[in-house]
Amino acid sequence: MNPASQQPVGEIRYDGGRVRPVVRAPAAVLSAPAEPVDPTAVVDLAADLVATMRVSPGCVGLAAVQIGVPAHVFVVDVTGHPKTRTCHGLIVLCNATVVAASQWKVGREGCMSVPDLTGDVRRAGRLTVAGEVAGTGERVEITTDAFEARALQHEIDHCGGLLFLDRVAGAHAVYQRKVYL
Amino acid sequence: MHEYAITVIGRDRPGIIADVSSVLAGLGLNLTDSTMTRLRGHFAMTLVCAGQVPSTEVEPALAPLSAEGLIVSVSEVTTDGPPAPIGGHYVLRLYGADRLGIVAAVTRLLADVGGNITDLTTRLADGLYMLVAEVDLPTTVDIDGLAAQVRRLAADLNVEASLSPAETDVL
Repeated sequence: MNPASQQPVGEIRYDGGRVRPVVRAPAAVLSAPAEPVDPTAVVDLAADLVATMRVSPGCVGLAAVQIGVPAHVFVVDVTGHPKTRTCHGLIVLCNATVVAASQWKVGREGCMSVPDLTGDVRRAGRLTVAGEVAGTGERVEITTDAFEARALQHEIDHCGGLLFLDRVAGAHAVYQRKVYL
Repeated sequence: MHEYAITVIGRDRPGIIADVSSVLAGLGLNLTDSTMTRLRGHFAMTLVCAGQVPSTEVEPALAPLSAEGLIVSVSEVTTDGPPAPIGGHYVLRLYGADRLGIVAAVTRLLADVGGNITDLTTRLADGLYMLVAEVDLPTTVDIDGLAAQVRRLAADLNVEASLSPAETDVL
């Protein structure tokens, strides 16, 4: 892990959130683009996402649509995952977009909203995203790689109404889930 | 040289592949293309193999497997002719609530434009139905028009579906 990259994005603590039920496909909320949000008005939502992610085994990211809220907010934390290289700790972003993407690789993904399947998906292994930190509204750019890059793309896809099922590489790229990520 | 298409399906257990392939090897049949997977607890093998042994010896050799509960079929097939001309390789992805007729509707749409499906997988997972089809489309097909038809069909079926070029990276 790159020591210089371990600073969390933003300084707000997202404590005290409620664990919310996770919506499963084919729920309509998962298939529609989420609405842009005022990042200063979604701290409670972000806290709920963090709380729900923390209690879910193997979960390294969660988007608001996955708890039924059509808002362009997600959380990611790949700390300690064996596939992680660069790590920014807890990332809580609003209205995030991909700025640059390269080094495309196919890798296996799962999703709490598709609990019984996994799939091979082509994602950028080198990624820059831009977004606003929930709470402060600070505009940030995050450049990362490997598993954190994959997780960010997965969550940004959620905000765009896409599941990993929309991107599986081919007919032999969908699997019955055996273990969590 | 004879070529045989063989299918084997039965309740999954350890050793099905070893049992079948041992019989084929004993007959001098070389296993060429195959696909083997588990389908809702049943293990399914579809394979093509080739060798000198006449068909009259293949089925009797596999008969003990049928006696153990496997469903076995053997057909002699002719070897491949020249490949048909191919336009582009595409992937159709579809998922949504399960309902009757999804595969029929989607594959008919592709067949009607001359699309040749080369691989197709479906999975039903707790009410979520997933279909991924790899399809070769003739150069004459209006891809944008077909993609629009796919979206309309998806709306009719109340599912999500898309058609996009297959990844053809050569590394």
